[in-house]
Amino acid sequence: MYPDVIEAMMDPTNLTLTRVRDQLRSGAISSVDLTEKMLDRVVAVDNTIKGYLTVTDELALEQAADADRRLADGEETPLLGIPIAIKDMICTRGIPTTAGSKILEGYIPPYNAYVVDQLEEAGAILLGKTNTDEFAMGSSTENSAYVTTRNPWNLECVPGGSSGGSAAVVAARTAFGAIGTDTGGSVRQPASFCGLVGLRPTYGRVSRWGVIAFASSLDQVGTFGRTVKDCTAMFQVVAGHDRRDSTSINRPVPDYQSALTGDVGGLRIGVPQEYFVEGIEPAVESAVREAIAALEKLGAEIVEISLPHTRYALPVYYLIAPAEASANLARYDGIRYGPRIEGADMIDSVKQTRSLFGPEVKRRIMLGTYALSAGYYDAYYGRALKVRSLIAQDFVAAFEQIDVIACPTSPTTAFKVGERIDDPLNMYLADIFTLSVNLSASCGLSLPCGFDSHGLPIGLQLIGDALQEETILNAAYAYEQATEWHQQVPSIETYSGAASS
Amino acid sequence: MMTLSKKDVEKIAQLARLALSSSEISEYQRQLSAILEYAEMLDELEHAGLDARPGQQKRNNVMREDVVEPGLALEDVLFNAAQHAQDQFLIQPVLED
Repeated sequence: MYPDVIEAMMDPTNLTLTRVRDQLRSGAISSVDLTEKMLDRVVAVDNTIKGYLTVTDELALEQAADADRRLADGEETPLLGIPIAIKDMICTRGIPTTAGSKILEGYIPPYNAYVVDQLEEAGAILLGKTNTDEFAMGSSTENSAYVTTRNPWNLECVPGGSSGGSAAVVAARTAFGAIGTDTGGSVRQPASFCGLVGLRPTYGRVSRWGVIAFASSLDQVGTFGRTVKDCTAMFQVVAGHDRRDSTSINRPVPDYQSALTGDVGGLRIGVPQEYFVEGIEPAVESAVREAIAALEKLGAEIVEISLPHTRYALPVYYLIAPAEASANLARYDGIRYGPRIEGADMIDSVKQTRSLFGPEVKRRIMLGTYALSAGYYDAYYGRALKVRSLIAQDFVAAFEQIDVIACPTSPTTAFKVGERIDDPLNMYLADIFTLSVNLSASCGLSLPCGFDSHGLPIGLQLIGDALQEETILNAAYAYEQATEWHQQVPSIETYSGAASS
Repeated sequence: MMTLSKKDVEKIAQLARLALSSSEISEYQRQLSAILEYAEMLDELEHAGLDARPGQQKRNNVMREDVVEPGLALEDVLFNAAQHAQDQFLIQPVLED
């Protein structure tokens, strides 16, 4: 038998997205076969991992049968026949979409988000919708109203968040790639915790049409893959202009995949001193510094830089994001969608219905309402916007002298379930290194750069200037080709003995 | 001395249309006060003359021709409503007679 047929027969769920794409095109495996194997694996491990809120098995098998017909005709659309997953913050026509909230329980969108249409057009197979912190507000999935997702590398740990479900299913080999959203780090931080490549593109590069709004000036769709190529293949499909999102950027989409040359000769990489401060775990710091040294060895030039307003990112974010959220979430009143709890009168019904929001969402609505209220607007929201422009200016100045910024994705590796849930400020610190990308006009990604002594993955964050996704993806690719972190797989034995708690 | 009084929290809850229990009110009073105190570090910076519109917000309005385009079907729009009647969302009376 041909080697690729043997490879596919053994366990195709372990293949990368790009490898399985070759297998599908060569006919070594059919999409129906592949999808069935993935669904079997979902049944076997997702009770433990809890990455999926909805599994769309029937739809997946229908799509797979259709993909096989098209593959037989020699069609080569980018993701034809490949099973993927989508975060439950993103509207899927006819498929429940909850945003991880009881206030959208039973909601079935009448339309697809832009990214869902793009994925369908590319031939992707939808395996299901993944768990998220409620309205993407959180760093662990513990704020999901439904379930807490577990980290495939250690079931006692969180997968990160808010796109923790998407990260966990890709790491657990129950999807070949996944879509998330990143408002303050919600793709990069879970990618770091789960040992994946996660990209947060430039604001406006991917349409937000059909993405449930959290903080509209910060929200952006991102992609997960087990490798840089996989993450790029997903991104290539969803990037693009869409006139239904007025903030969508109307510029041609480059061929990101051909930008992956692995050549970083002469690339100037800035290392911001403000990102190596107290609170960062020693294992994280040393892994990230070694990664930067490895990039230097590959021909990059390392430059010490300063992003002087870094320390203000957290307070700025926690005024702007809640302010925008309080406005966006005003629409949940039990009238047009979601359950309604009937009260004494109209206003009381709205209030009772909104009790379906969880504690973190209510906390942020309260904070945002205050920051926007008469008499406090200038002191809080207005001031935060001004400091945001200083943070953005830091990046503009930095990118005049360097091409890429390298730093940790998160100060720590995955923390234990329950460890931070009662301490909101401590929970917010998990995103301290990712927030600035959202506040400025840059793009960022996380990729694996090592493990701590407990075997938990560490993420290296690479940040690029606006629309420089090619640059950071290629730098990531160069590093990945020179290392073997991405070949590590969370142990299957972990699942079988694990009690699902 | 906390930044927010109990009365402040009750007022915010009213503005946000949230029905909070008394334990939620004291919890949020404590937590929101802590977050607002933390945010006071922004006072360290000189704000005069700063632009409140960072790069990505400096965009022009996007216009299109005022032409009617197909939208969602009425039954699809009403499908998710808790209550609807005569092709409209049904709510409790807002004005008394």
